Amino acid sequence: MFLELLLALFIFRYLRRSPQAAHLLPKWNKYFQVGMILSIGLLALSFAAPAKLISGWLADLILLALLYVAWTRKEFQPLKSMTYAVMPIILLASISDLVKLISKSFYNDYDNYFQTAQLFAVIWLIALWMMTKKQRKALEIERQKALEKEKQYAISESMKAALEVQVAERTAALTAQKEELQQTVNELKSTQAQLIQSEKMASLGELTAGIAHEIQNPLNFVNNFSEVNTELIAEMKDALDKGDLEEAKAIAADINANEQKINHHGKRADAIVKGMLQHSRSSSGQKEPTDINALADEYLRLAYHGLRAKDKMFNATMKTEFDESIKEVKVIPQDMGRVILNLITNAFYAVAERKKMLAASKEGTAADASVPNEYIPTVTVSTKKMGNKILICVKDNGNGIPAQVLDKIFQPFFTTKPTGEGTGLGLSMSYDIVTKSHGGELKVETKENKGLPGEESGTVFTIQIPAQ
Amino acid sequence: MKILVVDDEKDIQTLFEQRFRKEIRDGSIQFAFAFSGEDALAYLNGHEAVLILSDINMPGMSGLELLSHIKHMYLKPPPVVMMITAYGDAENFNTAKQLGADDFLTKPVDFNLLKEKLKLIH
Repeated sequence: MFLELLLALFIFRYLRRSPQAAHLLPKWNKYFQVGMILSIGLLALSFAAPAKLISGWLADLILLALLYVAWTRKEFQPLKSMTYAVMPIILLASISDLVKLISKSFYNDYDNYFQTAQLFAVIWLIALWMMTKKQRKALEIERQKALEKEKQYAISESMKAALEVQVAERTAALTAQKEELQQTVNELKSTQAQLIQSEKMASLGELTAGIAHEIQNPLNFVNNFSEVNTELIAEMKDALDKGDLEEAKAIAADINANEQKINHHGKRADAIVKGMLQHSRSSSGQKEPTDINALADEYLRLAYHGLRAKDKMFNATMKTEFDESIKEVKVIPQDMGRVILNLITNAFYAVAERKKMLAASKEGTAADASVPNEYIPTVTVSTKKMGNKILICVKDNGNGIPAQVLDKIFQPFFTTKPTGEGTGLGLSMSYDIVTKSHGGELKVETKENKGLPGEESGTVFTIQIPAQ
Repeated sequence: MKILVVDDEKDIQTLFEQRFRKEIRDGSIQFAFAFSGEDALAYLNGHEAVLILSDINMPGMSGLELLSHIKHMYLKPPPVVMMITAYGDAENFNTAKQLGADDFLTKPVDFNLLKEKLKLIH
């Protein structure tokens, strides 16, 4: 009797306090409270003899009801193992009460057995209780671990989210940066195109003065020889009138010779204008069979006179060593002409610089102006056929290129000239034209002038292109 | 009158000889030709010339250098030097004048004008 009621009390207490049953409280707490009060009431009643039997029955009913609820209600599922612990006691108490009710004598006869069974049920309860408690503890530890893991997972999740936000931010920043750079690259490309155009125009400007000189010279002959011929024809008429056939024939021969000269110099002017147009025109990109020697000679003269027009006191000895066995070579004439012109202009610049330097160092020593300098600025343009390769060399005896800038000379925008005098694109353009458009090589050999007396210095640029 | 003409263009000789054929025939003018500044200096070492016509743009020694040499060499009386150039710009003109050039002609050469100038020197 006491046992059942104590058990009921214990169970209700357990249900209201244990964390395993916590989820039941919102719905079931009031029933548990009622059950508990009822159990306490019954416990008090059980001290009064007449109520003993009823309270015993009520205790059995409460416990059975609890069992029933625990077995049928889903939410009690986690507590099911507990029911195994209490079931034997409840059932045994109910059965023994039932037996007592049906046959008191039978119960009394087998009182020992019921007592023993009850004892075993209690032992069972305690044993199972201990076991579940142990299991609970282990489970609790597991649960704590799982919780910990969950927490860590949540932390890592939140970190992941934060990282994702960061990544998105960075990606956006990088994309913006990329677009900005792309725009800068586009701007640079158009600037480069403009610079290439202005480099062309600059070299055309250098040419213009040379071209003026080169055209005025043939024109001088064309104009004057034709005027002479007019006079000669008048003289020839006079001679014929006088009947002096010998004289008339001699004059006719002169006229003929002059006519040839007019023709020759007219063609010369024509070739110069054509060359100028070719230079200013944007490159057709088409390779044509070209007389390399004539091309080199033409640009040597143009470059020389161009420089001469700019600097009145400048002069240099031009030498040509052409390999006459070179016939026509397939090149893009405008582009190759531009390369040759650039190399020659550089060579003239180099010898002019050295001459200026020597003149400056001699100023103090009051040299006799009538004695020519022993330094003879010389630019040599030579061509050579070597196997299936054509070499075009431009050599100067200037100051040479210092070692520290030698590896930079083909870089775009690198220039040693004062600001405004060089675009720094000449050699880089030349390099591209020779290597990319013509499948050739552009090499440089140089010996720097260290300022020692009588020392040889200078630079040789060699264009090497395939003969076919 | 003896005239030395200095120009790197060889045809200049034929041109002058034809342009001045009357003067050459009647002996009023004798011509000598040099095709570089160096040649001209070498010629002047052994000969005398009254008038020197010189081209400015020549390979090697330029006309202006030649001019300055001539004006240094002949202190008294220095020969008349006329410069001929394809560049008729003021800068060239002034440089030539500064160095002592007596006159300045541009190419293409106007021979009638040249003859007028020669008469004045006579």
